[in-house]
Amino acid sequence: MPDPREPQRRRDLEAVEIDLLAEGIYEAYGFDFRRYSRPSFRRRVWRRVEFEGLTSISGLLERVLHDPAAMKRLLADLSVNVSAMFRDPGFFRVFRAKVIPQLRTYPFLRVWNAGCATGEETLSVAILLKEAGLYDRTRIYATDMDDATLDQARTLAYPIAKMREYTENYIRAGGTRSFSEYYVADGDRVVFHPSLAQNVVFAQHNLVTDRSFNEFHVIMCRNVMIYFDRDLQEHVHKLLYESLTPFGVLGLGSRETLELSGHREGYEQLDETARLYRKVV
Amino acid sequence: MPCGIIAIGGSWGGVRATGVLLRALPADLPVPIVIALHRGEEGSTALAATLTTKSAIAVVEATDKDVPIPGRAYLAPPGYHLLVERGGLSLSTDEPERFSRPSIDVLFDSVAVSYGDEAVGVILTGASDDGAAGLARIRSRGGVTVVQEPATAERRTMPDAALAASAAHRVVALEEIAPFLLKVCGGG
Repeated sequence: MPDPREPQRRRDLEAVEIDLLAEGIYEAYGFDFRRYSRPSFRRRVWRRVEFEGLTSISGLLERVLHDPAAMKRLLADLSVNVSAMFRDPGFFRVFRAKVIPQLRTYPFLRVWNAGCATGEETLSVAILLKEAGLYDRTRIYATDMDDATLDQARTLAYPIAKMREYTENYIRAGGTRSFSEYYVADGDRVVFHPSLAQNVVFAQHNLVTDRSFNEFHVIMCRNVMIYFDRDLQEHVHKLLYESLTPFGVLGLGSRETLELSGHREGYEQLDETARLYRKVV
Repeated sequence: MPCGIIAIGGSWGGVRATGVLLRALPADLPVPIVIALHRGEEGSTALAATLTTKSAIAVVEATDKDVPIPGRAYLAPPGYHLLVERGGLSLSTDEPERFSRPSIDVLFDSVAVSYGDEAVGVILTGASDDGAAGLARIRSRGGVTVVQEPATAERRTMPDAALAASAAHRVVALEEIAPFLLKVCGGG
């Protein structure tokens, strides 16, 4: 047996603690972080350790096992994908040009925003469809694994300080109206118009452990799978592929790729740069 | 101690300094390079192409789960943190650290954790103190750390901060960094 104080062993201890934490959460709560991308998971976990005033990951495991409120806080940390409205404006420009015309041919549209977090992407898509005159025949399913995050998304409220960036993004994404038409200021936040959420269904869904629940014409899942390891990405790609109608469109983040995926053959890329893929059959 | 990866960080003046450094490295460098440079979220994706010009090292903007190849340099994309583990690169859109995304600290910390004493960290010119803690982390895990001699830096805040954090094994002029890396990592 190696010397228990040998540095190499001590270093690996952290990896053991992270494994135990993921196992413990899975066994006790059913949320499966075992195949999350390790470096980001580790970083988020350490942040929670510090916020909780603890000193080790084992300490956090003990706390979340015995205190569901602490688990809720950790879940919120792990669920939030920091996003922005019209993040990567070029993506939405291409969406307008190459996806909208196809969507016009459908009498009814189902869109899935998988891993919607606090809803920035959901509202961006809603605005886009509204301006294309398609929103009234659309239902957007915005799902996330964390109920508390969904509750926040439902408020349609965002910090007013973000509006300059969002407005710039909106314009660069090809928006033609005044972006401020879509919200009203309320102190240090703005609230987006409820009509934007009229056809949005916010619902709890876990990409890791839940199954497909419908067939969609569009699935947006941008910068969600970057937090997963390769195996888990493959699992989710399968789920998304099976959830698309024939010729359905998948939108990914600007630095995500299907190239490593076994499903690459099942899609054609719609644009050289924007990560928009059409399911081919 | 074998060398497994080289991590480079810089901000103000960092693009030029990184270019100088990369141009002095050979194509058969036996390890991959990861780079975090501060630039606007809308920073031009042409930066990788710019850095590749005149360099034997191919510079690419990192894609999630890229498997790093020796002799190549992977640049953190604008608006993302770049993190490293054995066998693959990961991206994250988590909050900026010290107003920076990519954050040098985030990159270096992940390098320190995954590569330990096989990590090499380099801090170049810059106008913030990002990277100092990360470089210290690499050092504390047994890696080799280099800081650009502040007098040769376009902005000395970043190298000064790294030195103040006692993060450096070596302090060398910009032109001397590549020869030092070759001595540590071989190749050429």
